[in-house]
Amino acid sequence: MSTGIGARVKRKEDKRFITGQGRYTDDVRVDNQAYAAFVRSPHAHAKVTSIDKSEAEAAEGVIAVLDGRQLTGDGIGNLICGWAVSSKDGSPMNMGPWSALATDRVRYVGDAVAVVIAETKQQARDAAELVAVEYEELPVVASSTAALEDGAVQVHDNAPGNIVFDWEIGDEAATDAALAGAAHVTEMRVVNNRLSPNPMEPRSAVAIYDSAEDHYTLYTTSQNPHVARLVLSAFYNVAPEHKLRVIAPDVGGGFGAKIYIYPEEITCLWASMKTGRSVKWTADRSEAFVTDAHGRDHVTHARMGFDANGKIVGFKVDTHANLGAYMSLFSSATPTYLYATLLSGQYDIQNIYGNVKGIYTNTVPVDAYRGAGRPEATFLVERTMETAAREMGMDPAELRRRNFIGSFPHQTPVIMTYDAGDFAGNLDMGQAAADVAGFPARKAEAASRGKLRGLGYSCYIEACGIAPSAAVGSLGAGVGLWESAEVRVNPVGTIEILTGSHSHGQGHETTFAQIVGERFGLPIENVSIVHGDTDKVQFGMGTYGSRSGAVGMSAIVKAMDKVEAKVKKIAAHVLEASEDDIVIEGGAVKVAGTDKQMLWHEVGLAAYTAHNLPAGMEPGLKETAFYDPVNFTFPAGCYIAEVEVDPETGVTKIIQFTAADDFGTVINPMIVEGQVHGGAAQGIGQAMLEGVVYDEDGQLLTGSYMDYCMPRADDVPFYRIEHNKTICPGNPLGMKGCGEAGAIGTPPAIINAITDAIGNNDLQMPATPLKVWTALQAAQKPMAAE
Amino acid sequence: MTKVSMKVNGKAVSRDVPDNTLLVEFLREQLRLTGTHVGCDTSQCGACTVHVNGRAIKSCTQLAVSLEGAEVTTIEGIANDGELHPMQVAFNDHHGLQCGFCTPGMIMAGIDMVNRYQAQGKDLTEEAIRFELEGNLCRCTGYHNIVKAIDDAAGKMTGMARAAE
Repeated sequence: MSTGIGARVKRKEDKRFITGQGRYTDDVRVDNQAYAAFVRSPHAHAKVTSIDKSEAEAAEGVIAVLDGRQLTGDGIGNLICGWAVSSKDGSPMNMGPWSALATDRVRYVGDAVAVVIAETKQQARDAAELVAVEYEELPVVASSTAALEDGAVQVHDNAPGNIVFDWEIGDEAATDAALAGAAHVTEMRVVNNRLSPNPMEPRSAVAIYDSAEDHYTLYTTSQNPHVARLVLSAFYNVAPEHKLRVIAPDVGGGFGAKIYIYPEEITCLWASMKTGRSVKWTADRSEAFVTDAHGRDHVTHARMGFDANGKIVGFKVDTHANLGAYMSLFSSATPTYLYATLLSGQYDIQNIYGNVKGIYTNTVPVDAYRGAGRPEATFLVERTMETAAREMGMDPAELRRRNFIGSFPHQTPVIMTYDAGDFAGNLDMGQAAADVAGFPARKAEAASRGKLRGLGYSCYIEACGIAPSAAVGSLGAGVGLWESAEVRVNPVGTIEILTGSHSHGQGHETTFAQIVGERFGLPIENVSIVHGDTDKVQFGMGTYGSRSGAVGMSAIVKAMDKVEAKVKKIAAHVLEASEDDIVIEGGAVKVAGTDKQMLWHEVGLAAYTAHNLPAGMEPGLKETAFYDPVNFTFPAGCYIAEVEVDPETGVTKIIQFTAADDFGTVINPMIVEGQVHGGAAQGIGQAMLEGVVYDEDGQLLTGSYMDYCMPRADDVPFYRIEHNKTICPGNPLGMKGCGEAGAIGTPPAIINAITDAIGNNDLQMPATPLKVWTALQAAQKPMAAE
Repeated sequence: MTKVSMKVNGKAVSRDVPDNTLLVEFLREQLRLTGTHVGCDTSQCGACTVHVNGRAIKSCTQLAVSLEGAEVTTIEGIANDGELHPMQVAFNDHHGLQCGFCTPGMIMAGIDMVNRYQAQGKDLTEEAIRFELEGNLCRCTGYHNIVKAIDDAAGKMTGMARAAE
C-alpha cells in the first residue's frame, strides 16, 4: 500500500497513546521533585497591601513561599507582547506591566501573587491557602463595553480610557463614499463570544535547575518550545539560551492556548533556582479556566453596501476587542492583522475600512484561539452576506457567486494578495454534497413533523503560514515566521527529520514521514521525526496558524533537495556516471537507462565511510534548511449546515454538516479530515454551546465543565468532507493548511442555518435553546407594538 | 496514612497512602501508571476512566483506600501478551485519536459500554455510543472517528464473545 502523498496512512504515533505510554509533562517526575501551588487573587481588581507568609512557611513540607517582590528583585522581567501594533495616530500601543507574580496590584481573578514550593502537591496546595494576602478592592471593568464608559476605572495607568490601541486599516473616506452611494446597506451588530480553548491536557511545567552547570531544563506543555526558550532568555532573564533547554514532550492539544509563555513556567524556573529543587506545577481545570488565554470576545458594528445588482461596494467595520487584563504574547496581532486583513472574505470588495480598538478589562488575557482573528472576520462577513441576501430577497448562494473573486492573484484593499482559489467550485462542491436542491422537500417533511428546518452557508477564507518574515516584521512582529528542518541520513540509510514544527495531535510523525518516504522511495518505518526539544532541534517557530504543512514541511522539502543533490553526486562518482543521469526510486539510486545502481543505504554508508567520495566533498549526509515562505497561504471553502429546530423548546439539532475545503495538496486525507472534524466541533461549540461569562464584578461564572459547556459526542453530527485542490503556488508541495478551517468556517454556517429556520436574524452565539426559543417567539409575535 | 492492597492489571499491589489519596493519584504517583490522565476536577472529562471490578469508573472521584481488595484495570492492562485489545486497534484504524490525552479514558469507556450492551443483549447503535460518551470529553476529534472506532470494535468484540461461547 502506498504511503506517499495522498495516502490514508494510519498514524505511527498512535501506539504509545493507545497503550497508555504517551509521555506528557505531568508524567515527568525527576529526582528531588518538589511541587508548586500558586496563591491567586480572588478579586478582579485590587491593590495588594500586604502578604503574610509566616503561617504557610511553617506548614508541613513547605520549602519556600515566594512572592512578586522577590521575583522582580531577582531581575525576572515582565511578560511581553511580541507584536507591536500602532494606533492610527501613529502612537505605539499602551502596554501595561505584567509581572509573573503581581507585586502591588492584581487585575483579574486568578492573577498570581505568590507561590508555595513544598514536598508534595497536597502540601503545596494546603500551604497556599495559609498565605494571608490583604487586598484593597478597586472598581472593576469586566467587559469592553464597561471599560469604555466615561469615568471607568483604569486597568493600567498608561492606557488612558483602557485603550491599548486604536488601529485602522483601509480607506475610510472612500468606504464612506461607497456606502453613501449604495443601493442597499446591511447593518450588523455582531458579538463574537468569548471562549476558553480547553485542550484536554491542562498546562504543566517541570523546571530543573542544575547548579553545577548553572543550567535549566524546562519540560512544558508548549506548541513552540524554541520560542519559549527565546522569550524566557531574552525578555524574562531566566537564563541565557545556551543554559536553558526547553522540552515539549507529548502535548495534549493546544489550539493556541499553549503558544504563550505564562507566569507559571517563568515562576517554576526561577523557583527551581531559588530552592535548589526541581519544581513541578500542573494546572487543574479550574486553574486553566482562569489562567489559559481566552479567545475571541469582539463586539462589532458593521455596514456593508451593495449596488442594485447585489455587488458589494463597500464594507465598514468597527470592532471592540477585549484583550483582558494584560497583553498576552500575540494578543495585539490577533484582532488586527489576523482579523481585519480578512474582511474581504472571498469577495471582490474595492472599499474596506476597519477600525479596531484593543481594550483592557479585568479579565483573563485574551489571545489567539484556533483560527485567531479569522473566525471573527469570517463570522462577520458571512453573517452579513446571509443577512444581506435575506434583506434583498436574493438566494444567499447567488449573492455570494455574484461577488466571488474569480481571478488570481487578487489584491484586496486590506493588505492580502490571494494567490489561488476556486471559490465558485467550492460552493458547487458543497451544494452538491449537501443536496441543497433537495432542501425544500426536506424542509416540508420536517414541517409535517412540526419541526423547523434551516440551511446556512459559510464561504470562509483564511490566511495561514503567516509570512514572509520581512513582511510580518514590517507589520510589527517581533519574530520571523520561517521554519527549519534538518534531514539526517544515517550510515544504514534510515532517516531522522529534525523539525521546528511541534505536533500536539496533528500527526506529524506520520505525515512528515510520508513526504520523506515518497521522495526517497523508503518505507515510512525507516523515517523518524524528532521535534519538541531545543537540545535536539536547533531552532524552530513551532506550530500554530496551520503552518506546519505549508511552512514546516516546505523546510523539510528544501533540506531534502540538498540531500538529494549530495546523494546524486556520491552515486555518480561511485557508479562512474553523470550526475544528471542519476535517479532515485524505489529505495535505490540508479543510473537511468542502465542496470547500474546503489541501494539507498549503500549511499548512506559511502557518505560516512568516506572511502570513495568525489574530490573535496565533506563526509556525512546531513542537510539543514531554513524556509521563509513568499506569501501567506489561503485555504478556503464552503460549509453548509442544515439544522432542525424544535419550536416548542428551541432545541436545535444539526441534521447535516457539509464541508467543501480547498487546502491545496493533501498529504494524508485521514488526518486532514480529522482536523476538520475537530475544528468543526469547536465551531459548533462556539455557535451553540460555549461562552465564557463574567459577572460585572469580574468573577468568572464559567470556571468548570459544570458551567462551561463543552461539545460532547451527542451534540455533534458526523461531518461530510469534500476536498477541492487548487494548488498553492507559494510553496513546493502546494499546501495551504487545514488546522483551523473547521473552527473558522463553522460558526456562521450554523447561525445562518438556525436564523433561516426560525425566521429571525437577531441571534447571538452561543445559540442555546433558550436564545433560539426566545428569538423564535419574537419572530412569531405579531407586530403588537406597531 | 492507611495501607491499601488491591490488584492492578492482574498484579497484587500494596501501599501506605494518605487517606485522601484518589485512585488516579495512587495509579499515577504510587504505581507510576501514567496512562490514566486527569483533565478536569469535576468528574466531567473522563480522561481518568479505569475499570474497577469490571466496570468503568472515574478514578478522580474514588478514594484509593476505599478500594481494598478491588481489581483495577487501566489502559496499560488491556493488551493481552502484547496483542492489542480490539478497541485499541480500532482507535488506530479509524484515527480515533489526535493528541491522545483523552484516549485512554475513551478506550476504557468504550470497552465498558460494549461489555454492558452485550451483557444486556442491547444493540450499541451510533446514537447509543454518542449517549454513552456523555462522560468523556475530547477536544481534538469532533468525536466522528471515536464513534466509528467504538462501533467497529463493538462488532469485533461481539464476534470474539460469540467465538468464545
